[in-house]
Amino acid sequence: MNIVVCVKQIPDPADPGALDPESKTLKRDGKLILDESDSYGVEMALQLVGDSGEVTLVSMAPNGEVSGLRTALAMGAAKAVLVSDDALKGSDALTTAKVLAAAIGKAGEYDLVLAATESSDGYTGVVPEQIAAVLGLPSVTFAKAVSVDGGTVKVDRQTEAGYDEVTCPLPAVVSVTAGVVEPRYPSFKGIMAAKSKPVDQLALADLGIEAANAGWAGAGQEIVEVAAAAQREAGEIIEDDGEAHAKIVDFLSNLKVI
Amino acid sequence: MDFSLTAEEADLAELCRNFADREIAPRAPAAWERAECPTDLLREMGELGLLGMLVPEGWGGIGMSTIGFVAALEQIGRADQSVAAALQAHVTIGSMPLLLFGTDEQRERWLRPLAEGRVLGAFGLTEPGAGSDTRGIATRAERRDGGWVVNGTKAFISNAGTDMSFGVTVLARTGTGDRGPRFGSFVIEKDTPGFTMGPKVRGIGWKGLDTRELYFDDVWVPDDHLLGDPDLGLGQFLRTLEVGRISIAALSLSLTQAVLDLSLAYAAERRQFGRPISDFQAIQFKLADMATELEAARWLTYRAAWLRDTGQPFLKEAAMAKLKASRLAAAAASEAVQIHGGVGYMLDSPVARFYCDSKVLEIGEGTNEIQHVVIARALGC
Ligand SMILES: Cc1cc2nc3c(=O)[nH]c(=O)nc-3n(C[C@H](O)[C@H](O)[C@H](O)COP(=O)(O)OP(=O)(O)OC[C@H]3O[C@@H](n4cnc5c(N)ncnc54)[C@H](O)[C@@H]3O)c2cc1C
Ligand SMILES: Cc1cc2nc3c(=O)[nH]c(=O)nc-3n(C[C@H](O)[C@H](O)[C@H](O)COP(=O)(O)OP(=O)(O)OC[C@H]3O[C@@H](n4cnc5c(N)ncnc54)[C@H](O)[C@@H]3O)c2cc1C
Repeated sequence: MNIVVCVKQIPDPADPGALDPESKTLKRDGKLILDESDSYGVEMALQLVGDSGEVTLVSMAPNGEVSGLRTALAMGAAKAVLVSDDALKGSDALTTAKVLAAAIGKAGEYDLVLAATESSDGYTGVVPEQIAAVLGLPSVTFAKAVSVDGGTVKVDRQTEAGYDEVTCPLPAVVSVTAGVVEPRYPSFKGIMAAKSKPVDQLALADLGIEAANAGWAGAGQEIVEVAAAAQREAGEIIEDDGEAHAKIVDFLSNLKVI
Repeated sequence: MDFSLTAEEADLAELCRNFADREIAPRAPAAWERAECPTDLLREMGELGLLGMLVPEGWGGIGMSTIGFVAALEQIGRADQSVAAALQAHVTIGSMPLLLFGTDEQRERWLRPLAEGRVLGAFGLTEPGAGSDTRGIATRAERRDGGWVVNGTKAFISNAGTDMSFGVTVLARTGTGDRGPRFGSFVIEKDTPGFTMGPKVRGIGWKGLDTRELYFDDVWVPDDHLLGDPDLGLGQFLRTLEVGRISIAALSLSLTQAVLDLSLAYAAERRQFGRPISDFQAIQFKLADMATELEAARWLTYRAAWLRDTGQPFLKEAAMAKLKASRLAAAAASEAVQIHGGVGYMLDSPVARFYCDSKVLEIGEGTNEIQHVVIARALGC
């Protein structure tokens, strides 16, 4: 079995992010790292293929960035397809999905596509479903457990109340939640091996996508304005005069938390 | 002169930094409290390749340079000194004798599992009656029935008594020749009849390190458990363990860096007399001294490591690095507690843990007095 995993490379959340005032989007000119959300998909894929298949990564990122891909390759993925093109600047989620779907077409034979439920930086949470739509494949979301049995994938799909057991024919696109499996740390040998694993770098033209349909030009959305989030207000302090618990219960039930 | 790490060394250091920050540091207080060797962590480190740092890839290790080993220990020791101590004992004295003196068969049997991190390695030299005076060991090995019978007691042996330990390599007297006693070393697996241990001893620090007395009562091992030549000079054998001094120096650097970082943060945050205590020159000078001495000790250590990597003699330099860095660690830990005041004196503060861990650095792998002896001898005294 072969699995394709979508991995997004994002600015390191440990470094304070900055917005580009011109484009009103996140600055992505520094080193990008593997989105932690996607480390779950990579680990799930590695466990599902075991010794009898390959995990291929696909990513779209600016400036030919491969740092995050190398991390996932060090975990054990076999190869990667990276789409990087100046014309992709300003791409919205749908364009990203079209690009990734086309890149998946270049990743060889596959049985399953995994992605995270949502990325850590953009978190629109729509790209995996859009990829499925573009590829004409079934899509299963919010997977907290994934297993494959012959030509079928079985998913425990997280719901508010618990989880649904879903089965779906392969190939399919499944988005996984954090915690589906515990991602491994890349070993030293893995890190060394990753340096020489193939990363196929593609531009838009290689995917047959017109620049006019990508980037700012092709975006179906426009960022009109960016404003700073409201400062968090000081909390209310309840002194305990013997009745504090009742006040806290009232406060929480007003919020409909309890 | 180039002071930078190679790409591989930097990759290893980064791997260790990540693992130390995310896995070791959060579990360090509990490991200290339980006073148990955290073999779960050591097993995970084994999977990452860290237990085979100085063993070539052909024998299951990662073939790292001594410089990379020092850089790795610097990261791990910042998070937890006991884990770093167990790791370094395994990598140096626990594995080197097998690598350097084992036959291919012995390496396959014992070194590979050690390097792949499946088991933990130990080396038994010290005895109740012989510490600094290594030639004074009383443990004997006598030929019998196509093998050897070992009798004696070893003291303060690290890594032999955990659930991950495979046994121990022990040094024993094999006889007396023209030039005094002869020595050999023997691999003794746990569960060998006659091999027993005392309880884990309780130290001031390194609470997560498993250290015990080992007892050998008519322990018979076949001939293939003897490492190398039974008449090999003790000195020649011990020279292979000199890398242990570099690794104690590296642990000392990591401890000093840790207490410096803790002190800097605390001094900026703690306010007295209406301002942060880091505004007081008395505190600033302590921090400046610590940072300066650390820089000096660091480059002594890396230079000794570089000499080893380039195949040059490093006996004197390793002794100097160990002497300087371990003294600094003990002094810096004391100053760091001072900067923290009463808070630093409390056993559940991280700085107190490092303070407790610092003293042994002046004792293990040759006391600092013995380092003086080695250096003086190298100077021609
Ligand atoms: C205004 C704007 C400007 C943009 N500018 C650029 C740009 O200059 N360069 C550029 O490369 N992108 C750019 N993007 C694309 C953006 O970074 C996202 O990839 C895209 O919008 C998906 O959004 P999300 O992260 O919210 O996806 P979500 O739907 O939250 O992501 C879910 C999962 O889908 C997969 N996925 C999503 N995006 C990617 C990806 N890029 N590669 C691999 N897997 C992915 C991951 O598994 C992810 O966890 C821009 C987007 C917008 C809206
Ligand atoms: C936590 C811990 C773990 C250890 N792990 C191991 C292990 O895994 N394997 C192992 O074999 N050993 C191990 N040791 C033993 C360690 O190597 C010895 O403790 C050390 O070598 C000192 O020996 P000693 O304790 O017998 O002290 P002694 O040799 O008795 O020294 C006592 C004092 O006399 C001084 N002294 C001795 N000789 C001289 C001299 N010629 N000139 C000046 N001063 C001198 C010493 O410096 C010291 O101050 C461990 C020790 C500790 C504390």
